[in-house]
Parts: sequence; structure tokens; C-alpha cells
Amino acid sequence: MKELFDDYKDKLPTVVLEEIEALAESRNLNKTQVKKVIELAYEEYRNSMIEPGESVGLISAQSVGEPGTQMTLNTFHFAGVAEFNVTVGLPRIIEILDGRKNISTPMMEIYLVEPYSKGKDIKTIAESIKQTQFKDIVKEINLDITEATLEIKIDFEKMKRLGLNEAKLGKVLEKSLKGFTLKLKDDTLTLKSKGKQDNIAELYKLKEKIKSVYVSGIKGILQVLPVKREDEFVIVTAGSNLKDVMKLEYVDKTRTTTNDIFEIQALFGIEAARQAVINEVYNVIENQGLNVDIRHIMLIADVMSFSGKVRGITRYGVVSDKSSVLARASFETPIKHMVEAALTGEVDPLTSVVENVMINQAIPVGTGLPELISKVK
Amino acid sequence: MSEVFLNGKFIGVVSDAKKLTDSFLEERRKGKIHYSINVLYEGALDQVNIESSRGRAIRPLVVVKDGKPMLTDKHIEQIEKGELIFSDLVKQGVIEYLDAMEEESALVAFFEGELTPEHTHMEILPLAIVGLCTSLVPFGNFNQSTRLNAGSKNQKQALGLYAANYLVRMDMDVNILHTPQLPIVKTIMHDSSEYEKHPSGQNVVLAILSFDGYNMEDAILLNKASIERGLARSTYYRPVISEELRYSGGLIDEISIPDKDVKGYKAEHDYRMLEADGIIHPEAVVAEGDVVIGKTSPPRFLSSLDEYNLTTSSRRESSMTLKHGEKGVVDFILLTENVEGNKLVQVRVRDQRIPEIGDKFTSRHGQKGVVGLIVDTPDMPYSASGIVPDIIFNPHGIPSRMTMSHLIELLGGKAGALSGRYIDGTSFESENHEDLRKELASLGFREDGTETFYNGRTGEMFKAQIYVGNMYYLKLKHMVANKVHARARGPIQLLTRQPTEGRAKEGGLRLGEMEKDTFVSHGATMVLKERFDSDKVAVPVCVKSGLIGYYDKRRDRLVSPIFGEGADMEYVEMSYAFKLLLDELKSLGIYPKLILKEKY
Repeated sequence: MKELFDDYKDKLPTVVLEEIEALAESRNLNKTQVKKVIELAYEEYRNSMIEPGESVGLISAQSVGEPGTQMTLNTFHFAGVAEFNVTVGLPRIIEILDGRKNISTPMMEIYLVEPYSKGKDIKTIAESIKQTQFKDIVKEINLDITEATLEIKIDFEKMKRLGLNEAKLGKVLEKSLKGFTLKLKDDTLTLKSKGKQDNIAELYKLKEKIKSVYVSGIKGILQVLPVKREDEFVIVTAGSNLKDVMKLEYVDKTRTTTNDIFEIQALFGIEAARQAVINEVYNVIENQGLNVDIRHIMLIADVMSFSGKVRGITRYGVVSDKSSVLARASFETPIKHMVEAALTGEVDPLTSVVENVMINQAIPVGTGLPELISKVK
Repeated sequence: MSEVFLNGKFIGVVSDAKKLTDSFLEERRKGKIHYSINVLYEGALDQVNIESSRGRAIRPLVVVKDGKPMLTDKHIEQIEKGELIFSDLVKQGVIEYLDAMEEESALVAFFEGELTPEHTHMEILPLAIVGLCTSLVPFGNFNQSTRLNAGSKNQKQALGLYAANYLVRMDMDVNILHTPQLPIVKTIMHDSSEYEKHPSGQNVVLAILSFDGYNMEDAILLNKASIERGLARSTYYRPVISEELRYSGGLIDEISIPDKDVKGYKAEHDYRMLEADGIIHPEAVVAEGDVVIGKTSPPRFLSSLDEYNLTTSSRRESSMTLKHGEKGVVDFILLTENVEGNKLVQVRVRDQRIPEIGDKFTSRHGQKGVVGLIVDTPDMPYSASGIVPDIIFNPHGIPSRMTMSHLIELLGGKAGALSGRYIDGTSFESENHEDLRKELASLGFREDGTETFYNGRTGEMFKAQIYVGNMYYLKLKHMVANKVHARARGPIQLLTRQPTEGRAKEGGLRLGEMEKDTFVSHGATMVLKERFDSDKVAVPVCVKSGLIGYYDKRRDRLVSPIFGEGADMEYVEMSYAFKLLLDELKSLGIYPKLILKEKY
């Protein structure tokens, strides 16, 4: 029995073999029966494989492209929170496949470990993750021209909610505002320049600068929203910073994720990034109520990631790898490609589809693939 | 203090905005302020907006004061006597125009009966909420709004009598319906728009049933006998225009029968119908390619050599011929001058259009369809009383579109035709369809409008009762005769040697980028190659230089552009478009070198 499975080790996937093994055990099959099962499975497996010469890439493109024409609704809004929407639909797919570094709506789903996932301190945790800038804890800023000072009224209640105190705030401010003296009286913070007394222009610049001073939380997390999924709490965020979020001890590191593929690539490597591309594209298509076989998306993800880093399907990305000048020129910016090919004396081997369509020769796909091995004399 | 804006620009403040708007309205109703100026106080912003700019759509409404319309019976009496006209009512402040902005402050009653003291205005007529074309749809208030839109849009494309003086006009693309009728089911708008002066359809007998599948997907079936009796016949008029242009150097076009030595002379046969003045005679039967106006033009480029060339005339042929697919009879010829004083000839060609498969028809309810079959009359279903419908309409067009008005018009048309009167189908104020049913019953018909029908081929009785009645049908200007097109072989473009594009140029239907992809994804390589060989060429390529050479016929030799005669040359098959690309690269200073290899 053992040798039977060993025979098919390289012919059938391990999963299939394991399944047959388990089946054989539970059904008490004898050797001839098992052999029959394996042989049938092998035949079925071979029949299911893509045949040589099938234009898998084009079929994938068509399979994703056609449902793309039916996609509606570009954004999805979370109830209640302003400025919290997610790009979905066709724009999102284009964004992923183009391999854009700056996606329009970075987003995270932060899963928590117990007991936090059951709702313990969920609000405090969420608030502490959210990036706080100085302007968030300020009631008003006044520029006193006669005194050449900035008077800032601080919202202590809000600070308390964010778990901040005066000392901490002072530290942060002193660090980023060198050359100014700070004085706190009641709820009013007075800023005065140490050097020249009446430099209003400087003070005006400061007024704008101070608003965006980072105070606490995780940089890049602009909004937080705890949501209940089945029986646990998940924090959904607008803005993404996977690296810093992973450092928090109450975060479930196995499930927390972001929709920024490049962040995943930087943190976990190319295989994770490939899976992220697959998940993101598949989610969009599924949310639209469309049905595309995941293997098409896997192929696209493979093309985007096989070089070792994620590249978009653009003229700067994977298309630039095409060996044919004509194929590249027919995609985008033809003159640029023609001139560059001429300068380097590039030879087009005419081995792919597009260029052979252009010169009206048989394309090396399907029935056009087979060639004679022996030379005709 | 409220801010006041005139056409969006701040002009000042007032202490009492209400007083301003009230007195403004009062003055406008007195006629002291122009009727087209509108005012609105916006409470939330505490500002008064006054608009007098152009381009605002304004509409008339009856002014209501204390729940009573300003328009009284006395006014109506005076109007009937002709003592008052509409503009007098506006001057008297009985009727005023509101724009979209001022409508925000108005509460408009639909009918007089629903007036309350809060109302500020009342519709002149409930029908006034829709436009001209939409008010021509009978029983329109029973429909979904999208169908009303479709219905009114379709009516604009109907053939009819667009102008009574069409015979002396020279309009482009004119269609005239031969025997237009007034609809039996009318609306008030048919009367006020003088529809009888430019009718655009015909009353037909319509039966709603499926027939052999030839009326699937919105198709309709026509009775052959109805067509032979002249149903939906029309004439298509189209002028052919030519003028004697003047060129620099005192040269001028000449309208005449071209001499045989003219450049581009067609066959003698093509000029056969021209008279001595070079213009075709009236009532000549012409078809595609026939010359209608004979004309010659001076040569395009006058080189110094040509001027000494006395032997041949170098004039070009520039006659006007009937375009591809056109035919007809010369109807009318107009000889005149244009603004520059050049001789101008216009020849109008007419073509009778008998309804055929593919012509587009519609009712007034957005139920458009194309003729799917012209049924031989003996095959047509007939009713117990022997009525054979003119048109068979498919019932599947009804449930999803919910055009109730279509069904009511059929019933109303039947009642009207039987009792010999017009039916009022004005939206919101139409005759009650219950009454129409009763009328139908009193005329000896079933009150629901259905009748027993028999299969025309077998004589069997249909199990179902067939809904049949009279209805106003319109022939639309989209006729297959103007659209049919097919090509197997034909003209090619000079530059790319690919087939021309478009019906007028007898072009092919492009198999585009995405269509190409379908062949690739099927792996049907040779099919793809064959489909794309319309511009296939075999060119001699110099093996050494990799450039395309040529065949020298006189010496019967292939010539390489670099190594000259006797160079090693091979014929290579490629698409002409690719050869063109290589030439264009050469013009850019790029040397595209073909590296040849034995294929097998």
C-alpha cells in the first residue's frame, strides 16, 4: 500500500493523496481497490489540467474584465462616521492591478486577543490607536499681534479621554517647537518666541505648523471604528500602519491585516503580498455580487509578484518585461519604445502573440503552437 | 437685516425681507416689474434672491389668493368672446410665471377642487405639468414616467406632414407620410397644437397576440393587404446639390456633360440621362452610380508643363452621382445662384418607401418595435366578425413596461371608431375608461375589448380571447432601406490597403481588438490569421540588408534598395499595415531590419 502512494507522489498533489489515504482507511479498502481509486483520481486530475497552448493570461483578463463592465458603486460608507469611506468596485481593482504605492483609502482590520476581543476597554483601545494631532485637543488658537504670542485654549476633557496629561503634552510640544517658550495658565497655553520679539510672520507659520504636531496614538491611523463581527470586536481603521499596530500587545497578530499591499510586502515578504493581491481583488469582485474563478486572480497575482516584488500591470511594471518591442509599443507610448529599441539595436524575436497578430503570422497559441522539430530538406 | 442678491450678486440689505418680497410680487402682478423676474426669500440663509438672468425656464400658473383663483368665470367668458388674450391675463396678474427658484415658495394646487387658503398658485391645466410632446400621449397619467419619456421621444421621430409646402422646399432628408390621419384618441394638445395641420400617424386595427415567434422581442407583424392598401407608405426626398465654384486664376467649374477626354471620365452609360445643360431631366428613374449633375473642374495643380500641353484637356470630372445604395425618381430641379453669385443646381430625388421587414413603428406609449414579418393576409388571424388586424403586437411587451395607457388607448380607439367620435384621452382629465367599456358593450361588443379569433391557416378557434382594438400608430424615420449593409468584397483604403469603413463607403464591419482576443482565447490561430489577411502582401525582402525591395518588371528582376540588382531576395508574406509601419519607421530615421529565417 505504501509503495502505491509513493508511486504517485510526483503525479498527484499531496492533498489528494492524503485524502485518498484517509478514505481507504475509513472504508477499509484493499490494495486493488485503492489502486483503482488512485488511477481514476490520476486520470481525473490530468483531465482537469490546463492544456499546453491554452491562452490562460488572455482568458484571465477576459474573465476579470467582463464582470468589470458591470461593476457599480465606487465607494462604500461606514454608517455614522464622516470621511470614512472605502474605495471599492472598479477603481479599487484598477488601483490594485496598477500596483499603486499610495492607495486612495488605506484601511486596517485590527483583531484583538481575549479578553479585549470580547469588548474589554474597546473604546479606550480604539481611541489610543487613533493618531492624535495637536489640533484635535485644541479649542481655539488666537494670534495676539500686539504681544507677539500665540494663545491656545486646550480641551482638557478630550485629553483625558485620550489618556493624555499636561506633562506628556508639554514634552511633545517642547520637542517639536524649539525656540519658543511655553506657559500654561488655566486652560490657556501661551507661546512666545525666544529670539526676536516681534516676528509675526514666524508666529503665523508656527500657528499652521502646530496644528499638525503629532501628539499620541499610531501615526497614519486617521479614524477608528470598533465593530462587532459575530461575537467579537474588531477595530476598523481609516489609514494604515501595520508595522506599529503589530507592536501592540493586545492585537491578534495572526489575523490583523491592512488593504495596503506594499505594507504587507515590506513586513511579511512577497508571498504574503501575493496572497494580499488575491484577497483584495477577490473581495471586491465578491462584494459586487459577481463570480470570477479565483485561479484567474491567482494568475494575475503571480504575474505581478513573480519577480520578487509587487509590480503593477503598467508600462513601468510587468509590461516592460515583454521581450518584443512591437508588443511593448502596441501597449503604451509606442514612439518611446521604438526609439529606444532603435538606439540599442534591439532584436524582436517575434515569439509572442501581439507582434504576430501585427504582422499577420500564426500566433504561438492553441493550434498555432506546435512546430516541426525535424528540418525539411 | 436680510441680504439681498440680484442674479447672485450682493446688492444690499433690507430690514424686512417679507415686506420686500410681498411688495415685489404685488408690483409684478400689476405689471410694473417684468413678468420674467423672480424673487425668493430664503429663511435659512436670511437672504432675498432676485433673478432676472436669461436661460431660466419659467412656467405660467394661475395666482391664488385666499384659496380663490384669480382666474374667474368672467375672464373665461371674455376669452371666449375674444376680448381677452393670454398675455392680458399676465398683465392683469391673473397668471404669473415662476422659475425653479420661486417655485420653492409656492404651493401649487393641481385641481381647483383641492384649493385651500394655504395655496398660492394653481395649475392652468393639470396637463401643464408635462411638456408638449408628453401631452400628446393619451392616458399618460396611467403610465410610469420612463415610458412617457420614451413615448414622447418616439413621437418626434414619426413621419408625417412636417410642412405643407414641402414640394417647393429643398430640405435634406425629408420623409412624408402618404395618408396621415388624426388620432381617434386625442388629447387637448392635439387641438391646441393644430395637430390636424401636421398629422403624423395612422389609425390601425391592432390585435395583441403572439404569432409564430415573428414578433419576439418587440417586433410587430404587418398585414400584407393593409400595406397593399397603402398603410404606412411614405416618400423619402433628398436633394443632390452642386455648384460652379470659382478658383484662383479665373478658373471655374462647369456644369455640363463632361467630354470624353476629361480626367476620371466614367462610362458613357452613366451620363445617359443628362440633358444638354448637363442636368438630369425630371422623372428620370435613377439608381446608385447614375450621374445626376454632370460637372467638370479645372485641374487641381497647374504645373508649368501642363500649360504648354495643348493636346489634351486637363480638366477633372467632378459630377454628382447617386451615392451607394440610393435610388429613386428625379422629382424637382432648382436652378439658382448662391450668395457668391455662383451657379447652383439642386436636384431633388424622391423614393417611395413601402413598409418592409425592419422598418420601425411605434404607438404613442413608448412601445416601439420593428416589423418582424409581413404576413400574407390569408394567414392572418381573423375575428368572429371577420376583422383582420393591420398590426399584431406581442403581449410580452406589456407586463414589464406597464404601459397601461397603451391598453386603454386600444379600448378607447375601438369605442371611438365604432361610435364614430373622437375620444378625449388628455392625461388627468381623460374620459373614464369604465364609461368606454360600457359604450363598447352598448355597441354589441364585449366590454373588455376582447374578441374570439380564429387561426388564419387552420380555421381553428384560438382558446384565448384576443384583445383587439383601434390604435394610432406612427412610422418612424428609421427605415432599413437607409441602413441595410453587407459586404463580402469591396473597396479598400489607399494608405493601409485595409477595407473601408462605413455604409456610405461600402465598408466592412471591423473585427476589433476585443473580438480578436476571442479568437486568441479559443486558440483558433489559423482562423485569426485568415480573418486578418485582408491586407496580405508578399514583398521581396533583401536578405542581407533586411529591407523591403521591389520587382523591376522591365528587367524581370528583384531589386534591393541597398545592394541593387542581383542581391539575395526572398518573398515574405506580411500584412500591408506592417509594411507601412516599417516605412514609417524609416521616415523617422529608424532602420527596421528584417532578419529572415527558413520557416520549415
